[in-house]
Amino acid sequence: MSAKIQDVFEEPACEHNQQKSAKEKKKGCTKQLSPGAAAGGCAFDGAKIALQPIVDVAHLVHGPIACEGNSWDNRNSTSSGSTLYRTGFTTDINELDVIYGGEKRLFKSIREIIEKYDPPAVFVYQTCVTALIGDDIEAVCKKASEKFGKPVIPVNAPGFVGPKNLGNKLGAEALLDYVIGTEEPDFVTPYDINIIGEYNLSGELWQVRPLLDALGIRILSCISGDGRYREVAYSHRARAAMMVCSKSMINIARKMEERYDIPFFEGSFYGIGDMSDTLRQIARLLVERGAPDDLLGRTEALIAIEEGRAWERIASYRSRLEGKKVLLITGGVKSWSVVSALQEAGLEVVGTSVKKSTKEDKEKIKEIMGLTEQDSAHMIDDMTPREMYAMLKEARADIMLSGGRSQFIALKAKMPWLDINQERHHAYAGYEGMVGLVREIDKALHNPVWEQVRRPAPWETAACTGAA
Amino acid sequence: MATVGESRKACAVNPLKMSQPLGACYAFMGIGNCMPMMHGSQGCTSFGLVLLVRHFKEAIPLQTTAMNEVSTILGGMENIEQAVLNIKKRANPALIAIASTGLTETKGDDVDGFLRLIERKHAEALAGTRIVYVSTPDYVGAFEDGWGKAVLALVEAFVAPAPTRNPRQVNLLPGCHLTPADIDELREIIEAFGLEAIVAPDLSGSLDGHIPENFTPTTLGGSTLEQLGRMGASIASIAIGARMTAAATALEDRAGVPCRVFDRLTGLGAVDALMRYLTELSGNAVPAKYRRQRGQLQDAMLDAHFWIGGRRFAIGAEPDLLHTLAHTAHEMGAEVCAAVTTTQSPVLAGLPCEDVLIGDLEDLETRARATRAEILVTHSHGRQAAARLGIPLLRTGLPMFDRLGASHVLTLGYRGTRELITQWANALLEAEHSAAPQDWPLPPESAAAAQGGACGTGCGCDSALLTE
Repeated sequence: MSAKIQDVFEEPACEHNQQKSAKEKKKGCTKQLSPGAAAGGCAFDGAKIALQPIVDVAHLVHGPIACEGNSWDNRNSTSSGSTLYRTGFTTDINELDVIYGGEKRLFKSIREIIEKYDPPAVFVYQTCVTALIGDDIEAVCKKASEKFGKPVIPVNAPGFVGPKNLGNKLGAEALLDYVIGTEEPDFVTPYDINIIGEYNLSGELWQVRPLLDALGIRILSCISGDGRYREVAYSHRARAAMMVCSKSMINIARKMEERYDIPFFEGSFYGIGDMSDTLRQIARLLVERGAPDDLLGRTEALIAIEEGRAWERIASYRSRLEGKKVLLITGGVKSWSVVSALQEAGLEVVGTSVKKSTKEDKEKIKEIMGLTEQDSAHMIDDMTPREMYAMLKEARADIMLSGGRSQFIALKAKMPWLDINQERHHAYAGYEGMVGLVREIDKALHNPVWEQVRRPAPWETAACTGAA
Repeated sequence: MATVGESRKACAVNPLKMSQPLGACYAFMGIGNCMPMMHGSQGCTSFGLVLLVRHFKEAIPLQTTAMNEVSTILGGMENIEQAVLNIKKRANPALIAIASTGLTETKGDDVDGFLRLIERKHAEALAGTRIVYVSTPDYVGAFEDGWGKAVLALVEAFVAPAPTRNPRQVNLLPGCHLTPADIDELREIIEAFGLEAIVAPDLSGSLDGHIPENFTPTTLGGSTLEQLGRMGASIASIAIGARMTAAATALEDRAGVPCRVFDRLTGLGAVDALMRYLTELSGNAVPAKYRRQRGQLQDAMLDAHFWIGGRRFAIGAEPDLLHTLAHTAHEMGAEVCAAVTTTQSPVLAGLPCEDVLIGDLEDLETRARATRAEILVTHSHGRQAAARLGIPLLRTGLPMFDRLGASHVLTLGYRGTRELITQWANALLEAEHSAAPQDWPLPPESAAAAQGGACGTGCGCDSALLTE
């Protein structure tokens, strides 16, 4: 286990790690979280998030009820077919299992799932308690695979080994160790790509797929959004790969390059310029790998039309959004990739968070927002909830765009808020997504409820103090 | 009378159950200026927190001791110490309430001992903040058990005998199946009899969705420690739900306050019993408002019995809620054809159905299908099962994440009972099947007989005889 974690930390393709000293790197992402002041998910959570979008697989959580019972069916990752991934499977271990070990119960659980649901594979997730009592899930999965003639994949990422992003990578390692390269596609084309690190939240993959379809590019495997077990198993036959901006599964992209000679680039579906760059890069990589040249020209033609269409639709909001101030609290590339779309709609970005951004991200923010070295007020390193509340309450921003965690800070300050993180219900990818984002901001800002909820109560006004 | 069985499956599928520590922390959220905390890894807290946020659409204060692999092996003393000091510094709560998890229970942390040391070591720094601890391993019991234990811990920590009694003061100990609206309703009923209620825990002030004037990092509203301290001076304790018996009797033992446990307050007879009791306690007659509401309930019962009478209900809920729902449905003439619950309780044997199973939502779905249930009553996780069964889902209990207004659902008193049965009847009304020509086909033997053939039942009749 610890060797695996070190291996993940050594990830040479992770810029974040590469910026650290050798000593810091060794600590990797396991820096001690601060008790009583920590927030966020654990490694198990991360592994499940990364793999659960493989929709036809049974995801079995080996542990006490808390790990699955408190959390199942809580992400909006969408499927175009099987719904088995939304079924909660857990061994729900009891006191006797803690004393005598839970391996037998785990084995029986796998058998029950295969008999009742017959999925193409079962993924077994390790958790803290079963790791602590020494249950060997690798051995049980191996035995079950042999016995039932079906892949049973151990995912060894118990919560206490670290935070969520480490879990993403450990989940990815399970795919590398046990799944990728184990099957062959029926046929291959020079236009086959893998998309890695895209989870199809709110169906965002479907905002992008039509663009690729139109160009004749086939997503051989999306790891893992709307994925099928078999697609992941034969993903090693792709010609090229795209690593979606968040580095959650960078180890898959890099190791597939090493093992199967699949070149990859890092791209983003968020923001209009980024979407175009992504299409260009996919086309370029495929052509380099032997696809016909005309792909490049066709891609440019598609980009020209789609960009024009998107900018036109966004600009139509300009008169309604001109001068409104946006506070953007999100991580990584989203902190800059959506800024230009917001600016085009006439919005002013008064602050963007850089807590999770790399050095490169920060440079881009400065460039796009036209900031000087000293102008750091717009780049927010770590804002406490109290500061966010104050900023909104004093109306130094008209709307906050952030993740669900800070939702109520805005709402209790009676200010508009829009979810742009993982629990969002709207899809914001590609050209369609950016237009959608601006439409949602417009809807939020101009809702008549704001005027009403900010109105003072009758008893707070002079006429109603009872003096009259 | 019902026989109580336990699911014999190794694998829980689609859990109905949630964990004990979450139930405990939920109870602590009804105490004012409190920071509940789970002693476990980050994920333990984040899963619970997300679940409550999705249910209430409110910010939820909940902290973690952020245990990792190493601190788990070495013991959590340092993490608890740091966490407590951190919380004190950042939020300065009146109460830090700690619940253990599967992880720290498996390791065997002696939290009581740790806390004695910590409180001695940091007496000055921690002045003004009390600490309460409750042991709640994830792999034992369920949400309801955790809630019960937490309330018991609060009684043990804060209730002392009082020199004199306040003849107008009563204690109210609500079970975890009561919504903030339910608690409000009960308080109003009690106050209408000229009494004053100390509610422990009081979710009606903390999770009722109001907008506070300022930002607060801890719970807002809820009962104060000062109120808890005064509970010994009450003339009686009213507990709702069998799970609250332990806390109510502990209060009686410690301070001599006599207790009355109402197993439910939904249903005409159940509410009548409360009205009689409050009349005795206060010496005041039942207020006109409730006499009127009783009439409205009777009328609603008469209207609804056409739709509910004879209908088959499949119910999945924690014991006290299941008890409430099953008896209410039964009193309306419904048949409880499938009942599934999460944990042992004395109320299970008395349920008005043949058997009850401690199991999961897969069990409920299977049984509902086998018994041709016409309505499914459970929490939001029943949505997939209801869709597959093709019957309406009446969302009840926690979590209710795919509907708004969870805190304002009213299910008790005359008014709440009326709302509940009206909702049931409406759901059944909406699912009403309209008749089609082929709905009542003749059995083949009747058709054959009408054609002049033998009836085919082997009854001895023969065609020769018939044609004679």
